[in-house]
Parts: sequence; C-alpha cells; structure tokens
Amino acid sequence: MNAAVTAPRSATTLDVAAIRRDFPILHQAVNGKPLVYLDNAASSQRPKSVIEAISRYYEHDHANVHRGVHTLSQRATDAYEGARETIRRFINARDTKEIVFVRGTTEAVNLVAQSFARPRFQPGDEILISALEHHANIVPWQLLREQIGAVLKVIPINEQGEVDFIEFQKLIGPRTRLLALAHVSNALGTIVPVEKFIKVARQHGVPVLLDGAQAIPHTPVDVQALGCDFYCFSSHKMLGPTGMGVLYGKRELLEAMPPWQGGGDMILSVSFEKTTFNQLPWKFEAGTPHIAGAIGLATAIDYLEKIGMDRIAAYEHELLEYATERLSQVPGLRIVGTAPDKAAVVSFMLDGIHPHDIGTILDTEGVAIRTGHHCAMPVMEFFKIPATARASMSFYNTREEIDRLVAALEHTRQVLG
Amino acid sequence: MDLKDLYRDVIVDHNRHPRNFGKLEPADVHADGHNPLCGDRLTVYANLKGEHITDVKFEGTGCAISVASASLLTEAVKGKTRSEVKELFDDVHALLTQHDASVDPARLGKLAALSGVREFPARVKCASLCWHTLNAALERAAEPVTTE
Ligand SMILES: Cc1ncc(COP(=O)(O)O)c(C=O)c1O
Repeated sequence: MNAAVTAPRSATTLDVAAIRRDFPILHQAVNGKPLVYLDNAASSQRPKSVIEAISRYYEHDHANVHRGVHTLSQRATDAYEGARETIRRFINARDTKEIVFVRGTTEAVNLVAQSFARPRFQPGDEILISALEHHANIVPWQLLREQIGAVLKVIPINEQGEVDFIEFQKLIGPRTRLLALAHVSNALGTIVPVEKFIKVARQHGVPVLLDGAQAIPHTPVDVQALGCDFYCFSSHKMLGPTGMGVLYGKRELLEAMPPWQGGGDMILSVSFEKTTFNQLPWKFEAGTPHIAGAIGLATAIDYLEKIGMDRIAAYEHELLEYATERLSQVPGLRIVGTAPDKAAVVSFMLDGIHPHDIGTILDTEGVAIRTGHHCAMPVMEFFKIPATARASMSFYNTREEIDRLVAALEHTRQVLG
Repeated sequence: MDLKDLYRDVIVDHNRHPRNFGKLEPADVHADGHNPLCGDRLTVYANLKGEHITDVKFEGTGCAISVASASLLTEAVKGKTRSEVKELFDDVHALLTQHDASVDPARLGKLAALSGVREFPARVKCASLCWHTLNAALERAAEPVTTE
C-alpha cells in the first residue's frame, strides 16, 4: 500500500474477532441493528486498554507535570514524557525534542503557519498545497496570506484523485517557501506518493510539511526515511483520545522558531523585564498540557504496534479491495477517487440519491458512514458534486460489515430509488 | 425511528417530481439558501402583488427532504399573503422541532407530511432551508442565507 511497506503478510494472521473484543463500543445495537462503524476517517474508536490507561491515570497518578517534587507530580511527569518517547519511536524521530504535543492536526498546521512561516516569509513568498487538502491544511495558509501577503498556490488533481506531479514540478519555483501536502486524502483515500514530491522540494531547498492525519492510523510512518520537515497528526484518528495531537518538526527548525503561545511551562524564568523561554519541546507547550491525552495516545500506539502497522496496512488493503469490488456491483453507484494507491476509504455517489439521504437510511440500518464535503470543499468542487457518501475502514472492520453496507445501500435504493 | 415516517410517499414523490421547479423570470424577489453541512443549495423566486404572493418557484440541488420541502412550500404559499406565509412558517417550524406541537393538521395540508423529520434532528435544517430562503427573499435580503 505504501512503497515503504514490506511485502504484505496474509491477512489471516490478523485475528479480527479477538481485536473486536478489545473495542467495547463496537458491541452495541444502533436502531435495533448491530452497529457497523465505517466512519473511521472522521474518528476511530478506542480499545479498552486506552480507556483503562486514562482511567488508571486519573485514579492513581494525576497531578500537574513539571512542577511538584511530590510523588504524584513525578509520576504524571514520567508518564507524560514517557508518552513522548513512545511517539518518537513510533515515527522514528531522532529526538524527543522534536515531538511537540498539540490539540490535533489542525493546531499543528497552525503552529507551523504562525511560528515557522509568519516571522520569516515575505510578501509574495509562495506556499504550495494540493487540491486534495483538508480545510486544516488550507485555511491556516489563507490566514497567513492575509497577515503577511504570502501567495497560496494549489497543485491540481486529476480525475482519479491523484496530485499532479508534472504540474507540481512546474509550480515549484524560486519563490516557493513551503510545500504543505496531505500524506493521505481524507475525502478520497488517495495515498500521495510524498517521497517523490519531497525529493523535488529538497532540490529546490523547499521545506515540506506533511498532513499525516489520515496516513498514520493506517500505514507505518518513518519521518527520517520520508525526509519531511514537519509531520502533523491527530490522536483521535489512531485509537487515542480527542484533543490530542502531535507536531513533529526537525530540531534545527523548531529551535529557530519563536514560541507561539506564552504562559507557564514554556518558560525558564520570568521577570517583568525579561523572560527566558524553555527548551524544546516545552517551548511550544504553554500551560498545563493534556497529560491524560498523551498517556492515552501512547497506549494507543502500544496497541497498534502489538498488532503491527505493516499487518494493519495489509489487512486494510484487502478490505479496501473487497469493498471496492462489492460496491462497484451496486447498480448506479459511482466511486469518487480511484487512484491506484489508496487507503481504506471509499467515497461514492448513488445515482439520483443525495448522500445525506444515504447517510440517514444507512443509520437506520445500524451502518455509520460520513456524508458531506468531508472538510474538503475544493475536492467536491473539482468533481462538481455537493457531497459524497464515504465509508472508511479500520482493521477492526470485517468483510461481513462491508456486506451489511452493501445490503443497506440496496435498501436505500428501494426506499428512494 | 421509522424510515417510512421520514420518507413518506408524498416526500418521495415531491423529491422525484419537484413542483414549480425552475427559474421564475422575471421575478420580483429571490434569495439563495445554502446549508454548508450537506451542500444543499436552493434559490427561491417569488412574484408579489401587494401583500400577495402570486407566483413562486425554486431551483437548486439538495437531499430528498430539502427538495421535497421546497416543492411543498411552493404549492403551499402561492396565493397567500406575507403574514399568512409567516404564520405557516411558524407552524412548519413547530411541526419540525416540537414533539407536542399543537398545529392544526388541516391548516398544514400536505406540509403535514414533514412531521416525521422531527425524529431525525440532523435533518431539520434540510426541511427548513427553503422556508428561511423564502423569508430572505420576502425581506428582499440581498445576502445569501445559511442555516448555520
Ligand atoms: C487529512 C486531514 N487533515 C486534517 C484533519 C484535521 O484533524 P483534527 O480535526 O483532528 O485537527 C483531518 C481530520 O478530519 C484530516 O482528515
């Protein structure tokens, strides 16, 4: 599924029945039918281990971090900083100083826009994004455009939903100061071959930010192998708690960036005349952080690693192939986004039936999917559609659940066809 | 939550064959409505004579609920005065949002088919978009309205 992934092992090595037992939320009826949760791109569910780690922390170890000499504060600090090390290892960053805790992908991108780009970009400097981006990787750059007169350039996509590499090579130029690219598209599932984009950016001396929100739950990510300068992701899409995310940044870059928020924890000393900022990564973590969030995320990573990201990728790829084949057989169904390399996301239209109606009818069948523009309105505009229905799968989904989706779509056609 | 309550035959029929669909030319007033959540976009046109709505049409794209609701609206408001339309809108709004709405079904006519929507809170905005849009047109608001 990704060039960096070794030969996929057979999915039979994944004990999905056992995995499903780890996710309490999956075992419930919705509208009288067993829940089929296919909205994982919006937010995944959590295994028991993550829920318990958070409770355990609050029941036994909670205190503020980096402050007290007392035992609980020490425990909380160890757990919080231990989580940072788990994340460093997971994405193979060189140093924990390169792991900044934020609220999510959105905040990570905004941090880079305000702290990296804003102080050093000049009017007329160009930021290059693609037409696939989530609003989280569009709007922060538009704000910057307002603030400093930077120019936003957009690499087009083609009918399959692939980012146009030829056009990219034409667009990147002497004024390009940053390439900010989705690793995987949330609306269409396209896996962007970021390696070759990064290579060209390097040749131009252009730093690269990757929006990894949709990539990291589904494929191994090695930030050093990728060679990106910033990598942003959200905990809640990878089995962890909401309100938590990570900005990875190369140390040299982070060192040179000013803090973007001021307050406690991000300082070494404060007087009214002069404040000395703390070191990395705390320089970017003003105020009491989301300690339980970091612990929950680290526990989620432990869970993912126990299964193995390569096996998760291989299994999800098989699910995607099955779903694509089954859905293609539904009369009047058209898949939007047909890149050869995709994550387990299928966006689709059903002839003459609005996605919103599909979503409602599927819900009465216990099937949860997302309908709408998926915070990627420019993608919808490209395909000249107001919205799509989107089924997004995780490694705890099964072929039987895809069959349930297909049956519910047949039912939709009967109700409204 | 019964699907048949939402997608009543009247709704399915008006979605499939929307009445008074298209542009009204010339139109005394018109307004655009947009529901950013689901991408529904409607334009409602009306002609007025004094206080009376003499003609009304709509065009746009949307889900079955928003299209059917707009279609039903056009049938319901034609010939009515502004203040009658306002009362009707209040009734429809109560129907869409309140379980114990004391709305006289006779006054609502075919619009009563929208009563199932209140069981599906996510869909209330779909059904009310056309009404907000008509209101905006009647107030000759130049700005597009949204349900947000
Ligand atoms: C590709 C992509 N980028 C960014 C985001 C924003 O993530 P969050 O809302 O967690 O900040 C999402 C989430 O929907 C996404 O799918």
